[in-house]
Amino acid sequence: MITRFKSLMASMVLVDSTLESLTSSVNAPLVNNNEGYVVEGRVKMPALAGKGVSKTSNIKVVINGGQKLSFVRSDGSFAFQGVPAGTHLLEVVALGYFFSPVRVDVSSRLQGQVRASLVETGRSLPDSLVLEPLREEYYYEKREPFSAMGLLKSPMGLMIGFMVVCVFLLPKLMDQIDPEEMKRVQEEMRNKPSPLSNLLQGRT
Amino acid sequence: MAHHRQSLNLQQQQQQLLLLLAFVFVLGFLTSSCHALYEDQVGVWDWHQQYIGRVKHAVFQTQGSGRKRVVVATEQNALASLNLRTGEIYWRHVLGESDPIDVLELASGKYVMTLSGGTNVRAWHLPDGVLIWEAAIPSSKGSNPPRLVALPVDIDYDKINDLLVLSGSVLTALSGQDGTTIWKVDISGKDVDIRDVIVATEELKAYGVGFIGDSGFTVIEIDLQAGTITDRKTAMTSETLSVTELLVSKQFAVALDSKGTHLVTVSINANGLTVLETALSSLSLNAVGLPKLLPTKLDGAISLALGDLTAIVAVDPTSGELRTVETLVGAVAVSDSLSVANSKHSVAIIQLLEGGHSQNTFSLHVHGEDWTEVVQKETVKLPSHRGHVQKVFLNAYLRTDRTHGFRALVVGEDDSLLLLQQGEIVWTREDELASIVDAKSAELPLERDGVSVAEVEHDLAEWLKGHFLKLKATLFLASADEIAAVQESRLNQADKTKLTRDHNGFRKLLLVLTKSGKLLALHTGDGRIVWSLLIPGFRAPHGGPQVCPEKLLLWQVPHQHAEERPEVLVLGKSCSTSDFPAVLSWVDAYKGIELHTMKLSYPVTHAFGLPLTDSSEQRLHLFVDDQAQAHLLPGSEESLDLFLKQKDNAYFYEVDRTKGIIEGYGIKGLVESSRQTSSEGYLFETEKLWSVVFPEETESIATVATRRPDEVVHTQAKVLGNREVLFKYLNKNMIFVATVTPKSVGLLGAASPEDSTVVAYLIDTVTGRILHRVTHPSMQGPVHAVLSENWVVYHYFNLRNHRYEMSVLETYDQSRVGDKGVMQLMLGRHNASAPLSSYSSSNVEVKGQSYFFTYTVKTLTVTTTARGITSKQLLLGTVTDQVLALDKRLLDPRRSATPTPSEREEGILPLTDAIPISPQGYLTNGYQVEGLRGILTIPARLESTCLVFAYGLDLFYTRTAPSRTYDSLTEDFSYALLLMTIVALLIAIAVTYVLAERKELAEKWK
Repeated sequence: MITRFKSLMASMVLVDSTLESLTSSVNAPLVNNNEGYVVEGRVKMPALAGKGVSKTSNIKVVINGGQKLSFVRSDGSFAFQGVPAGTHLLEVVALGYFFSPVRVDVSSRLQGQVRASLVETGRSLPDSLVLEPLREEYYYEKREPFSAMGLLKSPMGLMIGFMVVCVFLLPKLMDQIDPEEMKRVQEEMRNKPSPLSNLLQGRT
Repeated sequence: MAHHRQSLNLQQQQQQLLLLLAFVFVLGFLTSSCHALYEDQVGVWDWHQQYIGRVKHAVFQTQGSGRKRVVVATEQNALASLNLRTGEIYWRHVLGESDPIDVLELASGKYVMTLSGGTNVRAWHLPDGVLIWEAAIPSSKGSNPPRLVALPVDIDYDKINDLLVLSGSVLTALSGQDGTTIWKVDISGKDVDIRDVIVATEELKAYGVGFIGDSGFTVIEIDLQAGTITDRKTAMTSETLSVTELLVSKQFAVALDSKGTHLVTVSINANGLTVLETALSSLSLNAVGLPKLLPTKLDGAISLALGDLTAIVAVDPTSGELRTVETLVGAVAVSDSLSVANSKHSVAIIQLLEGGHSQNTFSLHVHGEDWTEVVQKETVKLPSHRGHVQKVFLNAYLRTDRTHGFRALVVGEDDSLLLLQQGEIVWTREDELASIVDAKSAELPLERDGVSVAEVEHDLAEWLKGHFLKLKATLFLASADEIAAVQESRLNQADKTKLTRDHNGFRKLLLVLTKSGKLLALHTGDGRIVWSLLIPGFRAPHGGPQVCPEKLLLWQVPHQHAEERPEVLVLGKSCSTSDFPAVLSWVDAYKGIELHTMKLSYPVTHAFGLPLTDSSEQRLHLFVDDQAQAHLLPGSEESLDLFLKQKDNAYFYEVDRTKGIIEGYGIKGLVESSRQTSSEGYLFETEKLWSVVFPEETESIATVATRRPDEVVHTQAKVLGNREVLFKYLNKNMIFVATVTPKSVGLLGAASPEDSTVVAYLIDTVTGRILHRVTHPSMQGPVHAVLSENWVVYHYFNLRNHRYEMSVLETYDQSRVGDKGVMQLMLGRHNASAPLSSYSSSNVEVKGQSYFFTYTVKTLTVTTTARGITSKQLLLGTVTDQVLALDKRLLDPRRSATPTPSEREEGILPLTDAIPISPQGYLTNGYQVEGLRGILTIPARLESTCLVFAYGLDLFYTRTAPSRTYDSLTEDFSYALLLMTIVALLIAIAVTYVLAERKELAEKWK
């Protein structure tokens, strides 16, 4: 015989800065039968609000890494039957969204009351199991628009910048040296052969 | 004057230098490599294919004006809606592994009802596959197949037709609106075993039909609206019945007696039940062995199998008298009855044509209401690699002349799905690819002289134009049409799909072995099937698997003799107990032809290739049987001589998971008598050298990870930031073993942190020495592990934090710590390249570190490259059915919270709690590889690149470059821009030269 327990539940609001547009208040009726409890919840996504049902058709909720699997209904709700009391891990499979795994404690003393918290952030979900994506995931690199500044900032650009400096400024430096001085140094160089050339001459 | 000249020259040089710089700059811009994929690159070198698996139930939706579809449920627990015209998937869901679909029904023309495991009823919206409701029926005792009946009436007055479910002995009526229970009734009684339920719509009654003990029938009448039992009828039989199968139809039920000599019919009519026993011999059916009732639903008839004979017996509904209407020999498939207009029924029978064996030609007969009448008669020729027809589903359509035509959906022996209409194959789905058992790669043949690249490439102008368009697209100047053209040309690169080897080693054959005993070669370029072979040595006489394919071994990989063909060896084990326990089949990897096959007289527990090849480059293989004796193949004198030389160095180990023992063996001597029977391999005695026994109460083996046998390691030394050298402990015989507390095996939710532990071992398989042991308290399996070079990474569950964790262990050889320093490594006479012996005493240092990880992992592997120089990526198959690539640097035990500058220089990342996951790290990008089971990594010839093939229900192929493509230009390299720059430079040089000349002349005139 199935007995039903409607847990007393206050309306709850999950506030996530990006997903504030959502209101939420969902009761999770907890049904107890002989083989375990029912864990019910809801997946909430901004995209679901407008786009309707077709988007939900590929969202799955997985318990304990594949032990049980539930599909999400058109309103985002899901349910697991016959979940034994204990601590479980709930994961949401939805391409394009990042959901934190959820730790779900099903209490055997409190007739299968469910307590849930996000594993990733440690935030607990008060009262009911409303799962929201932490962020959207974009699987591709974005093509950066063409920009001259970006080019200059690249390592290649910096290298070129340095070389430009060399090409233009170094000759200027050379010009500043006094021609007389220059001549003197050059003379000196000529008169005092380098050790290397000495060595070479010695060979021949 | 001279001064001027000098400055002029300088000026010229300056200008030229600048131009050169500009050139370098452009080049740099061109080659800027990318890490992940751009969205427009999808499909350039990756491909994704979706499958559903072997179909076991199918229902058609062809009425009405909507799109014609067929909804199928498969043995891989997939539920899919297919386009009946093309076979494409409209939508698909893959249910959990413990959720097989037992019954599939269509209700009200727009709902798909499924019943799984007798407990879960789900209603899906037919057009888009959204789950509408789900109901759980408390499972009750009884192992009988559950039944689901979509009622043609509405019993709870909500204008939606309702459902009846029989699960065990409980009959439940569910509302079609939301799945709530309308009523439920336990119809069991003393010895009563209800098998099926039938519905009489007009009377609003349901009848449960079943056995009483093993000597009687019972029919229980239930009022559909009230859900109460209104009547029980019983009839006893004189014979004891075989209670395995009961065929129930509206007016009768049929069972076999326990001896298998009589058919017992019970007719159900208003007055009660009448039992009639008919001897099979009187139906001129001579039983060979025990006859078997087939679960095919025929109207007014039953079908039964007697050996290789299939008989259809018509039942007279009032008297229960039987009459044989059809006896068929050999491979036969009979469809369920299909009711067409005017409550007429039709049945399709597909039979292999006599003498059609070599042609694989079948006759398709559609029988009308009266069995003698054949409504439609066709012959169909199926490709030989489809094998025999295993299942047939019949569907009718209205021809233009208002008569009924029939189309048949058939399941081939290879698990493929075909639609037949008017003797033609309309479409084929290669659904055998949903159940890959093993996968390997093979090289394509070398390019011949006749085929040159120029023939495939477009002419130069075309090529340049393509690149020019590409350039415009890069600079965001192209119009929408042009972008589309660029995309088109990228996706259809002509050289991608050639059947010859390419310079970079990207084009290969993927050899996949499927559960149905089929071997296929897929082209890595676009994933098309190059050849396929239903391995003849594995087939049963009348189709169906006799030998379960187990493993693919690369038998011959020609290197020196490039004209030789590669050969693969397929190992299969007998599915049922038969006179031969294992079968080997050798297949040509270019042509897909079975070269020869051999039945082995010994069971194979373990098969592996040795690092030895004979003069024809056949690899030597050892097959270990259940007596732990080793058989050497090929059975030639040459291979024996080769092996005898190396015999003393040959060791192997066996893992017994149930007993928790790992045993190591050495090869002793050749059993001389096996020289005579060398075709089955030379037999070698073995000797048990060591064993590691895990305590049964506290540890059970969760996973064993070994190194890839073909892994290439580039260097033994790791140079640290402070110019010191760490020597990797590279022991080829090292394995990783993880054990878990037996109590906490499997179920995640049930274990408590206090009494679950994961223990990780590194074991040398030659000596049995435990090199390292580390205990992780409060941890739980399942453990996934990968071993490569000198490290192992494993994934398990942390019960205390209730998160997944990944750990890394790296082994370093401390006995070589004396020769430190880079200079010594490069110049000094040290032993860095000396071979490592398992027997030599070594001082192994193991460094380890653990991190949190977000997801459940289904499979774990590592990239592999041609020379092992490129850094590694871990490839994780996540619970979301994606393949995530993680840089190995994220799992480095030398990570610390604040790395020193020298460590930073080395590329060591600061330590974080959890491993960060970047969405761009998913190799599968916007796809999911539904039901992901395995990932195969193949080194390309280009060192930077690794080919990745992920398989499950879907297939996905891509390539990854863990250290970016440092040795080749990226796909989006713009040759046009390069050419244009060169031309512009040449012009500029010419112009500046002329200008400089003029200026010089002007100076001279001064």
